[in-house]
Amino acid sequence: MSLKEISKVTGRAVHVPGDDIDTDRIIPARFMKCVTFDGLGEYMFYDVRKDADGNDRKHPLNDPSYEGASILISGNNFGCGSSREHAPQAIYRAGFRGVIAEGFAEIFFGNSTQLGMPCVTAEGKDIEKLVAAIEADPSTEVTIDLEAKKIRFGIAAIDCEIREGARSVLLNGHWDPLQDLLASEEQVEAVAGSLAYMAEK
Amino acid sequence: MGKSLFQKVWDAHSVRQLPNGQTQLLIGTHLIHEVTSPQAFGMLREKGIPVKYPHRTFATVDHIVPTNELAEPYSDPLAQAMITELRKNCEEYGVKFFDTTTGMQGIVHIVGPEQGITQPGTTIACGDSHTSTHGAFGAVAFGIGTSQVRDVLATQTMALNPLKVRRINVDGKLAPGVYAKDVILHIIRTLGVNGGTGFAYEYGGEVFDNFTMEERMTVCNMSIEGGARVGYVNPDETTFEYLKGRPYAPKGKDWDAAVERWQSFASDADCDYDDVVNIRAEDIAPTVTWGINPGQAVFIDQSVPKKEEGKTVSERASIAEALEHMQFEGGTAIKGVKVNVAFLGSCTNGRLSDLREVAQYLKGRKVHPDVQAICVPGSQGVSRIAEEMGIDQIFKDAGFEWRGAGCSMCLAMNPDKLVGDQLCASSSNRNFKGRQGSITGRTVLMSPLMVAAAAVTGEISDAREVFGILEPATV
Repeated sequence: MSLKEISKVTGRAVHVPGDDIDTDRIIPARFMKCVTFDGLGEYMFYDVRKDADGNDRKHPLNDPSYEGASILISGNNFGCGSSREHAPQAIYRAGFRGVIAEGFAEIFFGNSTQLGMPCVTAEGKDIEKLVAAIEADPSTEVTIDLEAKKIRFGIAAIDCEIREGARSVLLNGHWDPLQDLLASEEQVEAVAGSLAYMAEK
Repeated sequence: MGKSLFQKVWDAHSVRQLPNGQTQLLIGTHLIHEVTSPQAFGMLREKGIPVKYPHRTFATVDHIVPTNELAEPYSDPLAQAMITELRKNCEEYGVKFFDTTTGMQGIVHIVGPEQGITQPGTTIACGDSHTSTHGAFGAVAFGIGTSQVRDVLATQTMALNPLKVRRINVDGKLAPGVYAKDVILHIIRTLGVNGGTGFAYEYGGEVFDNFTMEERMTVCNMSIEGGARVGYVNPDETTFEYLKGRPYAPKGKDWDAAVERWQSFASDADCDYDDVVNIRAEDIAPTVTWGINPGQAVFIDQSVPKKEEGKTVSERASIAEALEHMQFEGGTAIKGVKVNVAFLGSCTNGRLSDLREVAQYLKGRKVHPDVQAICVPGSQGVSRIAEEMGIDQIFKDAGFEWRGAGCSMCLAMNPDKLVGDQLCASSSNRNFKGRQGSITGRTVLMSPLMVAAAAVTGEISDAREVFGILEPATV
């Protein structure tokens, strides 16, 4: 099964400021009482967006000028904490197709890549320029160009980075590895056969 | 040049290099629970793919289990739906399930070691970031997302990039009243909540050599809070002694062969680490968090920082955000802050040794009238032994609620939740905003004995003072 090759993500962007935004913040645990990922988009950043009575707070994700944004921008160590794939699933299902941050937590990064949602890092000072541009004009179109490792907006461009392995799987459409993993059954059985504990029941 | 345990385990489990440059790694032991596995089974079902090695996946139910109602159906229909779904999936695919009726149910990271499923030199994965706990046995254990749970079910492998290895030595002797929890909170505070990104942490040195398995588990458990997906301790006699005789541990002839094999996985003395960090045990005091991530911590006799103490703009913003949420004023002492709830439990500190340590000091003391104190054993096994030892009675006599096994108030996916802006002295692992079930709830992480001290005094306290634990005379 060949998947879509992802070389660019283009769309409007919204900035969710702060470092160390954890996966509990992205999707509070109470919304994980489910047996499918359907509908999680609605609860993305729920406790940040809503007050205790369920009314909208003042937050970029509630600001109509950013409605329909498909690129999320944040600070350092984005997605830290729990390994819950519910977090990137919620972001994806809320309509986002790429994330730009100063840094990502390891598990979140891997989960997002496996969904085909590129996570790229950029320098803090460059992210400031990007954020200034979208705040000045929320309709600014932003492009994450994985091939050139650039983020373009208006006439400006900043550099971005992404781990080479993740970049290549996105570019060549192998971001979901299941087919590749299934293709080497004999080798898997050989390695399993070489490990005594694999026979334990 | 020698190899690290991580490298040896990685090499022994490598299947091949994938076309994208990642390694296809065999995952020998797969642990699942009700929250992150149902979607994975759903994906298999949709594609008509069987489970490759059903006997190498083990299931338990922990996150959503109520700790104060035993009978099903549970009052929360969503919780009931999740346990029913897991039961169905395990039955359909032939996966061993440590169900609530088996006497073996509990938090997945407590059940694995307890059953002897967690073994040295193995690879382990679980859809839960605290899977690093199993590294205490010299296993390489990864927290994974649900798509990877699917990959492991379908192929017993995952696509991964290798990690660098950072050796963290803690040498010297811990002072009385300083615990494994303080060691890991101190490590996270020192290296940062993202300091471990891209690394496996190898913990060693005199303190780890002397630690019990349960203490090693507490430290490895919170590796991810320091950004390290994997944390481990090299296997030694303490490891083998713990495993001997456990239900899933090798027996008889196989045992001797297994020990020999396990020993061979320990890091070579001359191996080359990507980084080495040295910490002195004497520099560690009882540690508590003051903020909204586990790296925002101070020693019990220190003050919470002022916003101005942040070194960068973003650090100052983080401090300000944390102080606002915690309702703390920068520069004030952490000791003496009023506590509403005391939670003892979780995969970090819900083991028998945690409960036993607290019980010996709690005996004859009473929980402060303004505090709700709950003790949640990490597994039915822990609960049973504690009850046989009379530990439950000590907790109950003191005014603690003695609950059934599960994750409980660590992440509040069951009915155990903070209310409003309650402040919780907690032996768990995360103090994120909203983590314990209330958006405005406040969490202060600490060792189990510090939780007991807070429960008794009604405020954040130094357990050494509350329980009369004396510093050794300094020479």
